[in-house]
Amino acid sequence: MTEKPVYTEFHPRWYRTRVSTYWWLDRTPYVKFILRELSSIFVAFFVVITLLQIRALGQGPQAYPAFQQRLQAPIMVILNILSLLFVLFHTITWFNLTPKAIVLRVRGRRLPDLLIAAPNYVAWLVVSGVIAWIVTGG
Amino acid sequence: MGKRSFVPLFWTLFSVGGVVAAFLIPIHLFLFGLAFPLGWIQPPTYERLLALARLPLVRLYLFVLCSLPLFHWAHRFRYTLYDGLQVKHLNELIILGTYGGAIVGTLVAGYLLWSL
Repeated sequence: MTEKPVYTEFHPRWYRTRVSTYWWLDRTPYVKFILRELSSIFVAFFVVITLLQIRALGQGPQAYPAFQQRLQAPIMVILNILSLLFVLFHTITWFNLTPKAIVLRVRGRRLPDLLIAAPNYVAWLVVSGVIAWIVTGG
Repeated sequence: MGKRSFVPLFWTLFSVGGVVAAFLIPIHLFLFGLAFPLGWIQPPTYERLLALARLPLVRLYLFVLCSLPLFHWAHRFRYTLYDGLQVKHLNELIILGTYGGAIVGTLVAGYLLWSL
């Protein structure tokens, strides 16, 4: 009974299985999750290009067409197509999260997810149309 | 006074930036990244675009369009690095690179739009 307990200097290590760096390749939902997270890179890319475009716009009537021409390079077109796909993925996943955050009940019945997400899409189309109309000059 | 956390602030910026990105970036990307360069739609003239961008409301709009999505990127990309690559030990460097980048981008946007 008088046996002395053994104290260790450090907290013993817990048992933890190592998670592979590539754990997200295991299942489709994980891949989708990482792709959704990676969409942020293309969001940042868009902002950088937009800032360069605003700079070119401020530099004068020679600089701006030169910048426009650079946007016609195949690599820029490919990057912009890729960006658009990723940003659309962000838009769709973002809109479809709304029903997870908002639960609406009408006469005690929960509104279906689609009905809660739908106004987002309608507003998106309207906003996009207005922007396109303003930019292209009606 | 207790120590305040910056987490709610950054999370709010992430969330608002996500909304801005979701609603506004697709049409901008489509027009300025594809439709105008590839000649699908007649692009506005330089003079018209400059006059448009100089309107105070449009300047403010472009500022929001550039700044908030950068904070969205910063937050999301930070956690992508943690989750996807498990590089939690580079925490300080990652925070500096992501939120710092968003702050620098915001300042650049403010300067460019102010001097336009």
